[in-house]
Amino acid sequence: MNACLTKQILRTEPPAPRVTATNTTATPAPAEAVPHASPDASLETEIRAPHLIEISNLDFYYGEKKALDCVNLTIDANRVTAFIGPSGCGKSTLLRCLNRMNDLIDGAAVRGGTIKIGDADINAPGIDAIELRKCVGMVFQKSNPFPKSIHENVAYGLRIQGIRDRAEIARRVELSLRGAALWDEVKDRLNDNALGLSGGQQQRLCIARALAVEPQVLLMDEPCSALDPVATGKIEDLIHELKTRYTIIIVTHSMQQAARVSDKTAFFYLGRLVEYDDTRTIFMNPANPQTEAYVSGRFG
Amino acid sequence: MNFHQQNNTRRRREAAVFGLLRASTYLVLLCGALVVGTIVFKGAPVLFKAEFPFINIAFFTEAPETLHVFEHDGKKLELGDRDYRAFMENLAAPSASQPAVAPRSEHAYVYSVGGIFPCIVGTLLLVAGSMTLALFLGVCSAIYLNEYARQNTVTRLIRLAVLNLAGVPSIVFGLFGFGLFVIFLGWNVSLMAGWFTLAFMVLPVVITASEEALKSVPRGYREASLALGATRWQTIRKSVLPYALPGILTSSILGIARVAGETAPIMFTAAYVVRDQLPWQVAKLTDFFFQGVMALPYHIYVVSSKIPQNEYTERVQYGSTLVFLLLVALIAAASILLRNRLRKKHSW
Ligand SMILES: Nc1ncnc2c1ncn2[C@@H]1O[C@H](COP(=O)(O)OP(=O)(O)OP(=O)(O)O)[C@@H](O)[C@H]1O
Ligand SMILES: [Mg+2]
Repeated sequence: MNACLTKQILRTEPPAPRVTATNTTATPAPAEAVPHASPDASLETEIRAPHLIEISNLDFYYGEKKALDCVNLTIDANRVTAFIGPSGCGKSTLLRCLNRMNDLIDGAAVRGGTIKIGDADINAPGIDAIELRKCVGMVFQKSNPFPKSIHENVAYGLRIQGIRDRAEIARRVELSLRGAALWDEVKDRLNDNALGLSGGQQQRLCIARALAVEPQVLLMDEPCSALDPVATGKIEDLIHELKTRYTIIIVTHSMQQAARVSDKTAFFYLGRLVEYDDTRTIFMNPANPQTEAYVSGRFG
Repeated sequence: MNFHQQNNTRRRREAAVFGLLRASTYLVLLCGALVVGTIVFKGAPVLFKAEFPFINIAFFTEAPETLHVFEHDGKKLELGDRDYRAFMENLAAPSASQPAVAPRSEHAYVYSVGGIFPCIVGTLLLVAGSMTLALFLGVCSAIYLNEYARQNTVTRLIRLAVLNLAGVPSIVFGLFGFGLFVIFLGWNVSLMAGWFTLAFMVLPVVITASEEALKSVPRGYREASLALGATRWQTIRKSVLPYALPGILTSSILGIARVAGETAPIMFTAAYVVRDQLPWQVAKLTDFFFQGVMALPYHIYVVSSKIPQNEYTERVQYGSTLVFLLLVALIAAASILLRNRLRKKHSW
C-alpha cells in the first residue's frame, strides 16, 4: 500500500483540471479544463496521477442514517484543501472516511461509491486499514497527546512499526519535531510529560507525532478550534510549510482560516458537497447562492 | 428587609433530619468499632506478648495442636499434643520406686494450641491463585466486551448475565464448584477446584470494574494510536491497558477481601479441616495443584462452631480472627501501594 500510494504522487502536482462538484444541488460552474502549460510536460503527465485522492459518488451511513450523500471530490497532491460547512454537515465524517477511522464505529459504513488514494480503492477487500493509516495521518480537534514523555509521543508510531534502533528513533523524532516547528521549544525537555505543554504546543506535538510515520496525506479536523490566535497563527504557518511535502486536508469553522491556508475549498451542506473550487473563487465569486450565503456569514 | 429566621418548624425539621443522618452514621461506626474492638482486644494477647520478641512467633509458624488439660500430682497441667505424648511416655516408663499414676480428669481441646501457619499459607495460596485467574479471565473478557465486540443484543445479554452472577450467593458457587470441578472433572478437594470456584465468584466484579476502567480511558488515546497505524491490540496494550490498570486494581482489592474471606465456596472445594503436610510437601509437582489446603476462614468456622467455647479455646478463635483481619488488610495495602505506583507511572 505504502508503495502503491507513493512514487507518482510525490512529484509535484500537475496543474489539475479545475473541478466542480457534480452534485444535484450545486449548479456546476462550466468546467474549463486548464491545458497543461509546458509542452515537454506531456510525457510526464502520463505517469503522474492527476489527483491524489478521488472520491466518487460516496454514500456513507451511520446505521440507517445517511451522513454523506453522493459526494464527488478530487483532491490534489501537495495542496491544502479545506472542508467548510455548518455543524453536522458531514465534514468530519468524510475526513474520517479517508483513513477509515469510521471502521471503529458500529454500523458505520460506506454503502456506495469509491474512494481512491493514488490508484488504490481504500475500501476494497484487500486493503489493510492499518497500512492505509500509516499513509494517511490524522490530527484531531482536541489535541490528544499520550500521557507519556514528549519523545515517547513522537516515537510512538515508530515503535509500533517495530523500529528498535535508538539512534534512528532519536533522529526521526528530531526531524518530526523540527517539521512541526516545535523542536526549539522542547529540545531541552524531551523527557518531560507531554501534558505539561501548552495547548498550542500539544497540538503541534500531535502534528509531529503524525509526521513521524511519514504519511503522504495529513487530515486535520479543526486543529485550531481550541487554540488562541497566536497558537493558531503558528499552526497555520506550519501548514504552509508542510504543504510542500504533504497533501493536507483541513476541516475548519473559521472562514478566515480556510481563506488563509487553503488552495481549494469544499463547501458541504447536509451531507452533500455543494461547491468545490479554488479558495479564492469560493470566497470571492461562489457559483452557488448557498455557498455565498454561508461564506458571507448569513447562515450556518 | 428582615433576614431573621422566621419559620421555626422548617428549622426544626432541618435539625431533626440532620440529627437522624448523623445518628445512623455513628451507629454504623459504633458497630464497626465494637466488632473490630472485641477481636483486637481478645486476639491481641494471643499474637503479641510483653517480652521480646513481642510477637508470638509460634502462633504464626506452627501447626494447630490439641490441648490436653489434666491434673497430675495435684498440679493442673496444660500441654500441647507433642508435649503431652512425651509426658505420657515418661509416665509409661516410670522409675521402679514410683508407680505410674494415670492423669485424672483429662480434657482435650482440638486445635487449641500451636499456631495457624498452614491456614495462613493456604489462604495466601488460594487468594494468589484465584485472583490471578480472575484478573486474567476478567480483564480478557472486559477487553473483548469493551474493545472488540460490537455493541448489540448479545453483548447486552452477556453484561446482564455478568451482573446477575454478581448477585449469586457464595454457597451456590461452592456447590457449583463442587459439582463441576470436584466431582465431574474429578479434581477432588484441591487448590485447583478452589481457585476456579473463587475466581468465578469474583469474576463479575472484576469484569464490571475492568469495563468501567477501560471506558474511562479517553477515546482520544485510542483514536490517536489507531490513526498512527497501530493495530487494535497494539493500541490496547500500549495506550489503553496501562491507563486502565490502576482502576482495575482498585476494584480487585475489593475482590481480594472477598476471596480471602468467603468460607462457603471453599468448604466443599478446597478446604481441609486439618492437614499435616504443608502445601509444598508434595511428591510430584502436579500434586501441588490437586491437594486440599487448610484456610483461615474455614479454620475460624471450624474452631468457632465445632469445639466448645471456653477459656482454653478462645485463644485460637480470636487469635485466628485477628490474624485473618490483619492478613486481608495487609494484602489490600500491598495492592493499594502497587496501584498507586502504577498510577504515578501512567498518570493522566
Ligand atoms: N458516531 C456517530 N453515530 C451516529 N451518527 C453520527 C456519528 N457521528 C456523526 N454522526 C452524524 O453524522 C452527521 C455528520 O456528522 P459530522 O461529525 O461529520 O459533522 P461535522 O460536519 O464534522 O460537524 P462539526 O462541524 O460539528 O464537527 C451528523 O448529523 C451527526 O449527527
Ligand atoms: Mg466535526
